Amino acid sequence: MSDTHAQTVPFVRDTMLPQAAPPAGQAGAVRWLRENLFSGWVNTVLTLLGLLALFVLVKEMAPWFLHSVWNANTLTECRQIVADRWGPDATGACWAMIRERWPQFLFGFYPSNLYWRPVTALVLLFVALAPVLFPGVPRRLMVFSVLYPFLGFWLLWGGSIWLPVVAILGFVIGYAVWRVLQRRSPLLALLGGIVAALVWWLFLAGPVNEALTSALPLGLEMVRSDRFGGFVLSLTIGVAAISLSLPLGIMLALGRQSDMFLIKTMSVCFIEFIRGVPLITLLFTASLLLNYFLPPGTNFDIILRVIIMVTLFAAAYIAEVIRGGLAALPRGQYEAGNALGLNYFQAQRLIILPQALKISIPGIVSTFIGLFKDTTLVIFVGLLDPLKGITDAVRASTDWKGIYWEPYIFVGAIFFLFCFGMSRYSMHLERRLKRDHR
Amino acid sequence: MANAVEKPKDSFRPSMLLYDTRYRSLTIQIVVFALFVAAAAWLIDNTVRNLSALGKDFDFGFLGVRAGYDIAQHLIPYTQNSTHAQAMLVGLLNTLLIAVMGCALATVIGVIVGVLRLSSNWLVARLMTVYVEMFRNVPVLLWILLFYTVFSEASPTPAAFRGEDGQSMLLGLFAVTNRYTAIPDVAVERGFGTLDLGLFSLNLTFAAIVVVLAASFYVRHRLKARARAVQESTGRRPSTWWKSLLIVVLPIALLLWVLGTHLLVPSLSGFNFTGGINVPNSFMALWLALSFYTGAFIAEIVRAGILAVSRGQSEAAFALGLRPRRTMSLVILPQALRVIVPPLISQFLNLTKNSSLAIAVGYLDLRGTLGGITLNQTGRELECVLLMMLIYLAISLIISGGMNVYNSRIRLKER
Repeated sequence: MSDTHAQTVPFVRDTMLPQAAPPAGQAGAVRWLRENLFSGWVNTVLTLLGLLALFVLVKEMAPWFLHSVWNANTLTECRQIVADRWGPDATGACWAMIRERWPQFLFGFYPSNLYWRPVTALVLLFVALAPVLFPGVPRRLMVFSVLYPFLGFWLLWGGSIWLPVVAILGFVIGYAVWRVLQRRSPLLALLGGIVAALVWWLFLAGPVNEALTSALPLGLEMVRSDRFGGFVLSLTIGVAAISLSLPLGIMLALGRQSDMFLIKTMSVCFIEFIRGVPLITLLFTASLLLNYFLPPGTNFDIILRVIIMVTLFAAAYIAEVIRGGLAALPRGQYEAGNALGLNYFQAQRLIILPQALKISIPGIVSTFIGLFKDTTLVIFVGLLDPLKGITDAVRASTDWKGIYWEPYIFVGAIFFLFCFGMSRYSMHLERRLKRDHR
Repeated sequence: MANAVEKPKDSFRPSMLLYDTRYRSLTIQIVVFALFVAAAAWLIDNTVRNLSALGKDFDFGFLGVRAGYDIAQHLIPYTQNSTHAQAMLVGLLNTLLIAVMGCALATVIGVIVGVLRLSSNWLVARLMTVYVEMFRNVPVLLWILLFYTVFSEASPTPAAFRGEDGQSMLLGLFAVTNRYTAIPDVAVERGFGTLDLGLFSLNLTFAAIVVVLAASFYVRHRLKARARAVQESTGRRPSTWWKSLLIVVLPIALLLWVLGTHLLVPSLSGFNFTGGINVPNSFMALWLALSFYTGAFIAEIVRAGILAVSRGQSEAAFALGLRPRRTMSLVILPQALRVIVPPLISQFLNLTKNSSLAIAVGYLDLRGTLGGITLNQTGRELECVLLMMLIYLAISLIISGGMNVYNSRIRLKER
């Protein structure tokens, strides 16, 4: 051996080899397949099972979707068309129902000549939301966002234009009194502002409203609450409850964190009570019991009652989410606020809440998504939600008796769009507000 | 600085109630409390006046009155002649049944899907994402109705199972029909009978099974404790898996054999299945819909919990020489569970509360009996809704109380 070794000439390569392509199993689609789908026997089995499931789903559903009928007047006609085109055993979706009942799914029994009003309200809603949601939009649009609740209410329910105007005037008067008295004493200003606004709403607003209405009868045709339905109803309740529940939730969370025993106890009791009962029982309370709790003879709008209950419900959940955010803040942030000489509200507004809310965004948005999905439960207090209320109404007609899948799929798809959109926006917001570099 | 903490010299002024931090919180609390009491008094006064105007009183006596309606699914004996209180109890048990079964299935689905979503298998991870997003972003009411439609519209009638060329049963045991799902029943040949305890009767067979299972698990627990003690003193862990398997399986198998346990397979006689248990479709739809819906949320929780345990932890465990299984059970799981369990329990709570949607498919749970038929028959809205809320509240508080105990047990002991 040593002889042969001694005989060998040391070999030094002096030319570069041309680059060779990687082995076939280590590149391109094959490699991707091997790494991602068939990397071991467990993975292979999983892949095969997944493919099987996909195949079964497609095999069962594809023909039904492919054999869709968009133009028909009744379900029987639909089925006839499917049978004519694809043979007697074929099944097909009858989207013609959506085509025909589309307005009902969107607007419920809202008068058809007034459809422009909810549509305008929706478009303006996006205008009002834009400055809140996106930083690129001019800040001055905020004024419109503040006025939007009144405008939206007026567009949806109609009636005299002076009612919302008079209501806004209450805020204006309260603010004016607060500004005037501010120089004398902040406490007096606060009390004065509240009292002035209350006096306006309780005693002066009514006569002024009547006077203005008789002097200048401007207004839209009234639409009663029982005409509402479909996605107009869902969105009305959802948007109102979402925008009202966030401030209430923040207040409850702060109340729960408070050092004051009574405030804390009341917040805890409220939150735990609301979180402990199903929403449906609260809606029941709204529809059945509220008449007991209010002075005899009062009877106020069912949609308003539902909005109040859904708001309280969501606020309790949001309070818990924000409490988590508050608890996640390091103690140093609170101490820093105190060290800077900020009072409680300044510290909360400038230091604590911006950080706590940022942490709680995912939780808050998922509460909102839950709230929006829960608007379908209003069917149980007799309002026509798009999912069961309108679907049952459609199915009650002789033309569409026996149609089951299409309305559910349609309504589900729209809910999916809204909720998925919200969750994507929350992810975007999280990224935008990310200030640390971890 | 010394001046800052000195007491103000001047005497008490009313404005100090608001501007002096010593008094301010007291002032605020008194004002808020006064407002709260005033509001409560106002509400109660209104209620009293409204009730007297309607000629009603506030009385739970109606619970002792004959109910007079049927409940298809009852876990305790119940007939039309039972009282409203018994109807309420039947409803409560139905709620608890759907809640417990739903939580169990949802956990299984959630854990499997959560783990599979993290899998390196591209296809499976995508499929699971689609499932989670689909179920999370659509109202649960829609899933309940959709599952119910699948059962009632897309399933054959019981009669379709007749004959050679009829539908065949799943595994020869289950039959999904458009009215109910027939499942096998478990029966014993030589039961131990029942023991009458006055208030209720105790099924001795069932009690024996529970006792044997509890005993086996206790012995298994002792075995593990012994193994741990040996490990602590010698550094060597005796192998326990086959012993614990034997301890758990053998006694119960023996007991079941002694009892002569066998399956009663449902069979078609006339137009209906008999022999097994016919589970109404309302229950099946509600159960599956709630489980799949909540399972999607649980999957996300499980995924987040696994991701929350940093990679360094498993690497450290491997560096210490722990095998993969023990790494999982001793290092990863305890840390992941700390993240998973609290939101998991709140999902269980959500499922329990969502079970009140049973009304959509006509399953008579607490909401359907006490808050539905009883309420409509007796016209006592106030009492029924209050009672229903209190019961739901009690269930929730019990579950979240249990969660708090667990949380304080597993909390990181920081030094």
